[in-house]
Amino acid sequence: MGADTDTLLVSTRKGLFTVTGRGAGARITGASFVGDNVTLALADRRDGAWYAALDHGHFGTKLHRSDDRGATWTEIATPAYPPRPEGLDEKDMWGRQIPWSTKLVWALEPALDADGALWCGTLPGGLFRSDDRGGSWAIVDSLWHHPLRPKWSGGGADQPGIHSICVDPRDPRTVVVGVSTGGVWRTRDAGATWTAHCEGMTNTYSPPEQAGNPEYQDVHRIVQAPGRPEVFWVQHHCGAYRSGDDLASWQPLTIAPSSFGFCVAVHPTDADQAWFVPAQSDQKRTAHGRVVVARTRDGGQTFTQLTAGLPQEHAYDLVYRHAFDLAADGDQLAFGSTTGNLWVTDDQGDRWHTVSQTLPPIYAVRYV
Amino acid sequence: MAEVTFTPNLKRHVDCPTVEVEGATVAEVLARVFAANPRLRGYVVDDQGALRKHMVVFIDGQQIVDRDRLGDPVGPTSELYVMQALSGG
Repeated sequence: MGADTDTLLVSTRKGLFTVTGRGAGARITGASFVGDNVTLALADRRDGAWYAALDHGHFGTKLHRSDDRGATWTEIATPAYPPRPEGLDEKDMWGRQIPWSTKLVWALEPALDADGALWCGTLPGGLFRSDDRGGSWAIVDSLWHHPLRPKWSGGGADQPGIHSICVDPRDPRTVVVGVSTGGVWRTRDAGATWTAHCEGMTNTYSPPEQAGNPEYQDVHRIVQAPGRPEVFWVQHHCGAYRSGDDLASWQPLTIAPSSFGFCVAVHPTDADQAWFVPAQSDQKRTAHGRVVVARTRDGGQTFTQLTAGLPQEHAYDLVYRHAFDLAADGDQLAFGSTTGNLWVTDDQGDRWHTVSQTLPPIYAVRYV
Repeated sequence: MAEVTFTPNLKRHVDCPTVEVEGATVAEVLARVFAANPRLRGYVVDDQGALRKHMVVFIDGQQIVDRDRLGDPVGPTSELYVMQALSGG
């Protein structure tokens, strides 16, 4: 199957939309689940399957799969937590019992060590694996029962969640996950054991002696550079970071107009090229009155503000962590906002093109 | 046998016609309903089997009390309604 860089899946509050075409020629050409809350989508490049996560609110989160590029969908299994042990007293930092029930599907990635296998990250913090294309799921016990896991906490949501899953191109049994709030974790044995990797990260919302604790790091998004897999980029609640030593340490980055935001993307072959979408600040979660994408081509030493084609006055768009994606060709990017604006570029961000200004709030974009 | 009717809003997502099943508690009644219609389960209860946060069950016009274990008694000719709150936009 492989990548189809001219097709984009756009998950929104009111449906899943398909965009086809490049740059100025990109158009919305399909819609699924119109009226329903689609929170995430994945196109599996191995077998061509599309997956969509829906959040029905009262009726819970559900997963669907399409084997005909969105023409028809079939509901598949939703990751479900194991029975909560009788009498377990496991409270979060707010004093509430931690629920053992899927609140949201927050990450979905192919598990590259087996055909049809998938990883799924959820709120309230469980990582799941399927070996049958979502027909069934099993929680990764080693991470769910890790002694630091109950210390993970919610921030914007009531519960913590796994939002990023990076399968190492050098060895598919090595997987890195990002947790908000709970740091960066890696397994080298397909999920049997886990280690936190947050050296150099710091937060400003904890007492100083706890500012470096891994379980308190609010990692908003982490991506791994396919072209040089020892390089990782992170957008953190309290700044942006890069690791060039395979997670041994993190170095903070300085991004204008701000280092706050939710998303980051890295070039498929050039590990020094990355893109962020700065929001104003933790305290004011909007764009800076103008929409800006920040790009580095020197490993984060310097950033260029990309604004051509983007609104530069009275724009208050916020871009969520999954609403920014880079195509496998390394030239096309797409991002969507809470205001329902969708932009694409086919020249790495030098010039942006508006696909729509009237979509529902956008939660995720993903190239096929 | 108890008669179980589901909110029309649920029928948009999963087929769930009114059914008649036996059971002395809400848990027993719903277990039989879900055995015949497995996909319906996750729409009504959470992973631990508790009634979802914004779902509600009425037995003969009375809202159930035990939302976690669904232990409220059901009579041999009871009418159950599985409903949900209305919210959002």
